[in-house]
Amino acid sequence: MAERIIKLPDVGEGIAEAELVEWHVKVGDIVREDDLIAAVMTDKATVEIPSPVEGEVTWVGAEIGDTVAIGSALVKLKVSGDGAATEASAEAEAPAEPPKEKPAAAAPVAAPAVAPEPAPKQLPTPKPAAPARPAPVATTPAPRRPVGEKPLASPAVRLKAREAGVDLRQVQGSGPAGRVTHEDLDAFILRGPEAPTKGGLVARTGITDVKIVGLRRRIAEKMALSKSRIPHITIVEEVDVSALEDLRAALNKKPTAERPKLTILPFLMRAMVKALGEQPNLNALYDDEAGIVHQHAGIDIGIATQAPSGLMVPVVKHAEARDLWGCAIELSRLAERARDGSATRDELTGSTITITSLGALGGIATTPVINHPEVAIVGVNKMVVRPVWDGTTFVPRKMMNLSSSFDHRVVDGWDAAVFVQRLKELLETPATLFVDM
Amino acid sequence: MTDITCKLLVIGAGPGGYVCAIRAGQLGIDTVIVESTKLGGTCLNIGCIPSKAMIHVAEEFEKAAHAAAGKTPFGLTAAEPKLDLKQAVAWKDGIVQRLNNGVAGLLRKAKVKIVHGQARFRDGKTVAVETETGPKTITAEAIVIATGSVPVELPFLPFGGNVISSTGALALPELPKRLVVVGGGYIGLELGTAFAKLGSKVTVVEAQGKILPLYDAELTAPVAKSLSTLGVEVLLGAKALGQTAKGDGLRIETADGKERELPADKILVTVGRAPATAKLGLDELVLDMDGRFIRIGERCETSMRGIYAIGDVTGEPMLAHRAMAQGEMVAEIIAGEPRIWDKACIPAICFTDPEIVSAGLSPAEAKAAGYETKIGLFPFQANGRAMTRHGEAGFVRIVARADNHLVLGIQAVGQGVSELSAAFGLAIEMGARLEDVAGTIHAHPTLGEAFQESALKALGHALHI
Repeated sequence: MAERIIKLPDVGEGIAEAELVEWHVKVGDIVREDDLIAAVMTDKATVEIPSPVEGEVTWVGAEIGDTVAIGSALVKLKVSGDGAATEASAEAEAPAEPPKEKPAAAAPVAAPAVAPEPAPKQLPTPKPAAPARPAPVATTPAPRRPVGEKPLASPAVRLKAREAGVDLRQVQGSGPAGRVTHEDLDAFILRGPEAPTKGGLVARTGITDVKIVGLRRRIAEKMALSKSRIPHITIVEEVDVSALEDLRAALNKKPTAERPKLTILPFLMRAMVKALGEQPNLNALYDDEAGIVHQHAGIDIGIATQAPSGLMVPVVKHAEARDLWGCAIELSRLAERARDGSATRDELTGSTITITSLGALGGIATTPVINHPEVAIVGVNKMVVRPVWDGTTFVPRKMMNLSSSFDHRVVDGWDAAVFVQRLKELLETPATLFVDM
Repeated sequence: MTDITCKLLVIGAGPGGYVCAIRAGQLGIDTVIVESTKLGGTCLNIGCIPSKAMIHVAEEFEKAAHAAAGKTPFGLTAAEPKLDLKQAVAWKDGIVQRLNNGVAGLLRKAKVKIVHGQARFRDGKTVAVETETGPKTITAEAIVIATGSVPVELPFLPFGGNVISSTGALALPELPKRLVVVGGGYIGLELGTAFAKLGSKVTVVEAQGKILPLYDAELTAPVAKSLSTLGVEVLLGAKALGQTAKGDGLRIETADGKERELPADKILVTVGRAPATAKLGLDELVLDMDGRFIRIGERCETSMRGIYAIGDVTGEPMLAHRAMAQGEMVAEIIAGEPRIWDKACIPAICFTDPEIVSAGLSPAEAKAAGYETKIGLFPFQANGRAMTRHGEAGFVRIVARADNHLVLGIQAVGQGVSELSAAFGLAIEMGARLEDVAGTIHAHPTLGEAFQESALKALGHALHI
C-alpha cells in the first residue's frame, strides 16, 4: 500500500487559486481512476477534478468554501501496489514543478492533526438540538448508522417498534453509537415517516445550515457591493406594447434559422441602443474610487439570466452593431451557454448596461439592483391586457411596465425620466425603432 | 381412537416445547403438548441439569480430597472423602424429578393438555400419537416441532455395554476406574472433568487439533491447563477406531499415525448431537431441510404454512435457552403478535473447570465480519474476589467496534464465570458501548469487576492493571 497525494491541478485560466465548491468523495471512499473527486470554482466557471488513480481516500485537504491554491494537496489516497513511499501527483500538469513536490510529500506527518478526526472519544454527550437533516458539510464527526446496518436498540424498543409496525431501520437513533432510544421511537411514531403526517399541523424544529459558496457567494458579494455603494433611483413606467406585439406576431409568423422567433427583448435592446445614443452618460461604468465615469461607445448589454447554479449575466456585445435578429440570435446562444454552464469568462463579463427580465413572473413593478459598476439597469415586468381610457372609452390594451434603476450619484432624476420616456416612445411606436432619426 | 382438535400442538416437551406451550396457554391459546418420554426434554432429564448436579458433586468431592491431601493453601485438612455414587445419582434424580413435576405444574396452570406418547405426522395438520391408552389423532391449526436432538452414535462404536453416551454417563451405578472420552467438545470435557475429579483416570480423544473447537485458543488455554493438572490425558488429532477385541479398551490412531490401545472400563462417546426426527414421520410432509436439520425462517416458520420448528431440530447452536426464546416467540406469533427473531446474541457456556462463557463475537469473528475492533482483556489475577476464591485462572475479554465503541462480544474464562453471562448478554442486547460498561458501578469485591475493567482496558485506562 502506498499513499498518493492528489493536488489541485492548474484549472487553466492562469489563476493561482480556486474555491472548493463541492466534494464528491469523503474519507473512506474508494475512487476509481477518472472518478470525480471535487469541484472547484474559478472566477465564474466550475471545474471538476478527476482522480488520476484508483484508491481509498484517507484525507481531504479542504472544506467546502475554502480557497485552495493551485498545486496544493487536495486529497490523499491509499493506493495498492508497490510501496514506493509517498508519490505526489496531480493531473497531467504535475511534472511542472518538481521542487515543490518535497514539502507536499512531507505533509502526511502533519496531516493527521489537520484531518477531521472522527470523534468517538467523547463520552455520551448531551443531545444537541437535533438538526432535522444532517447539514451537508464535509466533516462527519459522529458517524451515523450506515445504510443497511442492523438498527441498534434495546429489546424493549425493538418490541415496541414491532408492535407499532415501525421498521427500526427508518428511525434515526440519537443515542450513543446511533442507538434508537424510546424517545426516538416515540417521536417517530408521533411524527410518522419523514413526510409530515396527513392530518394536523406539526411544529418543525431544527435549522439547516447552507454554506454560501461558489457562485452564490459571488452573487451575494456583488449585490451587497451594489446596494451599499449605489444610491438607487427607480422609475416605473407603463408601456403600451399592443403595436409592438402586433409587429412581433407578424414577424414571428415564418421563423427561419436566420430569423428565429423573437421575444420582446431584442426590441427592447434596439430601443435601448437608440435611447443610449442620445444619452451616452447612461451607457457607462462609474469608477467611484477614481471619480471617473467611463462612457462607453459600444453598447454591451448584460442579460440577467437564471442558470441552475444561480444568477448569471451573459453579455450581448456591441448591441449597436446587431440588428433585431442579430440581437435575438446572440441572446439565445448566450442564454443557452449560461444555463448549461459552458459560458466563457469573456461571455460573462464586460457589460455596460443590463436588462433584467423575469418574463411572465415579472410582477407589476420591481426595484432592479444595478450591476455594479454600471449606472443603469432596465427591468421588464410582465405584459398584461388592461383597460385603458382612450379619451372616449376603455379599450383593452397590452400593457407592460418597465422598472428601471439608475445610479443617482451620476444620473439625475430628470435624465433617468427622459431615458425611460424615450424607451416608452420607441416601444409604443415600434416603427421608430427602425427609422433613422 | 380418540380425536383431539386444538389450535396449537407442540411436539416435544423439552425447554423449547414446554416454554412454547406455557406461553401459548398464557395467551389463551387452546394448546396440546405431546411428549414421548419425560417432561423437560434432554436439558432437564439427561443434559444440562443432571450434568450440572454431577459436576457439583465432583467439585465438592475434589475440595474434600484436596483438604484430605493437605493441598489447600489455607490449612484446611479433612479425612479421606468417600462418595456413594448411587446416592449422588439419586440426589440428582431427585432434582430432576422436582423439575419434572414443576414443568407439569406450569403446563397445567397454563391449561395446556399433556399427551404422553410418540407423535407421528399424518399430514400438515394432523398428528397421530401412540399412547398407553391407545392411539390418538390430534388435529391442530398450528404445529410446533420441538423434538430436540440425540447423541450421535459412531458406527464403529455403537452405544451399549461399555460404550456409553452422556445419558449413560449420568446414571452410572459405580465410578469407572478408567474412562476414555471420545470427543473433546464441551459435553465430553464437562463430564470428563467431573469423572476425573471423582477419581477416574480420564483420557480424552479428540480428532481435531484442539479441545473445544468452538472457542479460541486464548479461552481454552486455562481449561487445557486445568485438565493437565487433573491428570486428564488429552490426545489431539487422534481417531477412535473401535473397541479392543476383549472389549476392555479403545483402539485409536494417534496424531502421528500409530495405533494405540487405551484401556477403559467405560468409553464415553460425545461427538455431537443429531436432530431427533426419526420417528416423527417427516416424510409425510414436504419440509425444506438444512442438512439434517429443519430449515426455518426468522419467525421459526418452516416451509409449510402452520408448521413451526424450534430448538435443536433447527440446528446450531443447540442450546436450551435458544430453544426457550424461540418457543416463547412462536407462541406469541401464533397468538397473532408481530414477532421476529431479532436477538443480538445467544450466550454460550461451557461448564468445564474453569468455566467458559461467550456472548456475541470473538475477536476473530469480529474481524471476519469486517469490523475494526478494540479489545480489552482483564485477568482474574488482578481481581480481589478471584484471589479470595482461590481461583485466579482466566480473564474477561471484551470486543468492541473501534469507531463507535459498540460492544460486539464478551468472553470470559474462570471459576464461576457462567453467572457473568447475564451481564454479558444484557450489555450486548441493550447495545452497550464500552463507555456504558465502564461507567456502570460493579460491586466490590466480585468477579464482575473484571468485566468493567475489561471495558476500561479497551478504552485505554484500566485501573487495576
